[in-house]
Amino acid sequence: MELRTAQALIRFGLGRRGSEPLPADPARWLLEQLQQPDPAHLDPQPSTATAAAAFLADRANKPKPEESQVRALFRSDVKAELENALTTPAPFRERLVWFWTNHFTVSVRGGIAAGACAYIEEAIRPHVTGRFEDMLLAVMHHPTMLFYLNNVGSVGPDSIAGRDGKRGLNENLARECLELHTVSPAAGYTQADVTNFAKILTGWSVAIRGEPPGFQFHPRAHEPGEQVLMAHTFPAGEEGGLAALHFLANHPSTHRFLATKLVRYFVADDPPDMAVRRMEGVLRDSGGNLAAAAEALVTLDVAWEPASKLRTPQDFVIAALRALDLPDEELATVPLQAILAGQGQAFQAAPQPNGWPDRANDWAAPEAMMRRIDWAYAVSGRVGTRDVAELAAANLGPLLRDDTLQAVRRAGSRRDAMTLLFSAPEFQRR
Amino acid sequence: MLQLTRRGALLGLTSAFALGRASLALAAAATEQRFIVVILRGALDGMSAVVPHGDPALAELRGELVPDGLLDLGGFYGLHPSLANLHAMYQAGELLPVHAVAGPTRVRSHFEAQDCLESGADHRMTSGWLNRAVAAMPAAASGRPEGDALAIGVSVPLLLRGSATVGNWAPHGVISPSPDLYTQIAALNQADKITGPAIAEGLRERGFTGAVLADDSEQPAGNRYAFPALARAAGEMLRAADGPRIAAAEIGGWDTHVAQVPRLTRVLKDLDAGLAALKDGLGPAWQQTAVLVMTEFGRTARINGTKGTDHGTATVAFVLGGAVAGGRVAADWPGLGSGKLLENRDLQPTRDLRAVAKGLLAQHLGLGAEALATVFPDSARVQPMAGLIRT
Repeated sequence: MELRTAQALIRFGLGRRGSEPLPADPARWLLEQLQQPDPAHLDPQPSTATAAAAFLADRANKPKPEESQVRALFRSDVKAELENALTTPAPFRERLVWFWTNHFTVSVRGGIAAGACAYIEEAIRPHVTGRFEDMLLAVMHHPTMLFYLNNVGSVGPDSIAGRDGKRGLNENLARECLELHTVSPAAGYTQADVTNFAKILTGWSVAIRGEPPGFQFHPRAHEPGEQVLMAHTFPAGEEGGLAALHFLANHPSTHRFLATKLVRYFVADDPPDMAVRRMEGVLRDSGGNLAAAAEALVTLDVAWEPASKLRTPQDFVIAALRALDLPDEELATVPLQAILAGQGQAFQAAPQPNGWPDRANDWAAPEAMMRRIDWAYAVSGRVGTRDVAELAAANLGPLLRDDTLQAVRRAGSRRDAMTLLFSAPEFQRR
Repeated sequence: MLQLTRRGALLGLTSAFALGRASLALAAAATEQRFIVVILRGALDGMSAVVPHGDPALAELRGELVPDGLLDLGGFYGLHPSLANLHAMYQAGELLPVHAVAGPTRVRSHFEAQDCLESGADHRMTSGWLNRAVAAMPAAASGRPEGDALAIGVSVPLLLRGSATVGNWAPHGVISPSPDLYTQIAALNQADKITGPAIAEGLRERGFTGAVLADDSEQPAGNRYAFPALARAAGEMLRAADGPRIAAAEIGGWDTHVAQVPRLTRVLKDLDAGLAALKDGLGPAWQQTAVLVMTEFGRTARINGTKGTDHGTATVAFVLGGAVAGGRVAADWPGLGSGKLLENRDLQPTRDLRAVAKGLLAQHLGLGAEALATVFPDSARVQPMAGLIRT
């Protein structure tokens, strides 16, 4: 295996699955994934319609936790998402889905379990090779985000619904949209900007009993009058919000912020300036075209330098299970979400709206590394009759170090050998 | 096979549990005093925890957010009814709420404010003030092989990151490799600058805390009892003669933009139960203990449109412990009436949280002025708060 092939599989992809065929031209293999439709086939397909039905059923029936439809739906949705990650032939595309899902974090810790995966399928996945502005609009219209960051009940103080003084503004979504999703604090906005943007977004809510259930703009809750956001004036009404999001999506600070995050994710914890400037230029010149941005990442030389990123727990668990390539019936018995929870990174469960961190220091605490090793040992019990030395070479190619291979060969059991491979430093990297 | 070393048995680790929203880190130091910092992530609404019900403007601003059945704190203030254990400490003279405090910055971003709070500065640093405090203390005299530090929790918060070595421990419960396999894994990683030291330290901690439990627990996160359980374990470790002396814990769930009354009740009960469990775990060592409970900022003085509160400025901090000169509320109350709120929305801060922390480090751990200047850089104008510790 060529080094670039290994890098394509590990840095841009999710790790080689078993002994799947190697791409002849690694860069072309990555670019083709961007050009072709997403092959994801989730079973069941998460959707806002099923999420709303489960949510309403629970609200009506007040079930015990073990009989909750929301809980059952979340479990089956997460399983479908993770099994797709384990089997997809387009792992670069899936990694982009992971990146953007984390950029626009929603979390079950905010009580949105029913729609946590519908959100990925409806707001994120369809746009990972589209325009950033369209993804932002999809996110800001999505029921899961509107619930998660509390915009559903935000009412303009001078709106018809707000005049009796009983309900009013909630600035959570407006603040996080500025800080985490678009321009970032580097843009220098003020509290007044946050408040005004919250006013612009009043009335952006959810019709949970709609047919189909989804976004609904409530004119009665919308704050009347023009609003000034970052020295630009936006009209009242739903179109004011659309115009503000258009402005934010295409703001130079947004391009800078996204470029930095992309380079940190695909290149190094400390993003090299030149790479950030290049990505910033691509985002600006393409009008926020995310396929163009992903292509540009593939053509960055620094993105092909090996082993600069530590795998997050999610990366590590998925890569190990792809390497093992368990038969379907055995994979069905692997408690994927419980494993990720034990590793400190349960799917769609980030502690805060800024999502999971993306630097080695955030994940390399001693106890965290010990948990990786312990889980590696646990899952290596499933090694069966595989030749681990062969598997190691097939999985890591030229990245496999001699002393790891020697340790694998000398191990007293297949299970120990597999544990050594999964615990080796080169397997902790992407 | 179930192996429990002395320390494992001491901790009562008969079953594994998930961490949920809480985690904990500990450090050893050459002192008999115990010092624990609890970070409330997400911004505690200070005026719901310690309610200034004597302020005539409160009711109009907050309406239904003001809880019924307040526990009296000397007339002007009342403690939230979910904090019954804290109230008992208050009556025993062991609880000192410090009101209208704020961290080093005036930002309303959780993440920036938490970073600054943990850095102990008005900008993000790569180390935390509690780590620098450990580094400024004389070398550890604990009975541990390396004599430095130990951490509990899957990750180490910025507050405890830095040059002083901080170990890392969390309850665990998976089938573990044999010692020999661990040794081979450590050898494979030895030269790696990230995984090498982490695995070496992790193994050391496992040897130290020693609970290797044969329990197939792949448990989901979200155990809301995790904070009391961790707090009790922390108390028991800190109590031990050769145990650590410095700890940091964190607990999330405070960002109450919506339906604040029921949400806050849940997390306050967790906090109250956890602090009581900590006291219980510490046993007689509670008399040598000071705990600082702090949050990144307060919340808006007014109720918002969704029966919650948005990001604000000043809030309350708690100082508690057997060593604390409590039984009173410390505050230079800024008032809530017309024209008194910061930007007409937030409780005006009248004290810097660094003053409280400096007071504790000085009076409880004996750090001098020079050390305090290293721990909290560029903060000469923030004088240590006096009278926090019983004399």
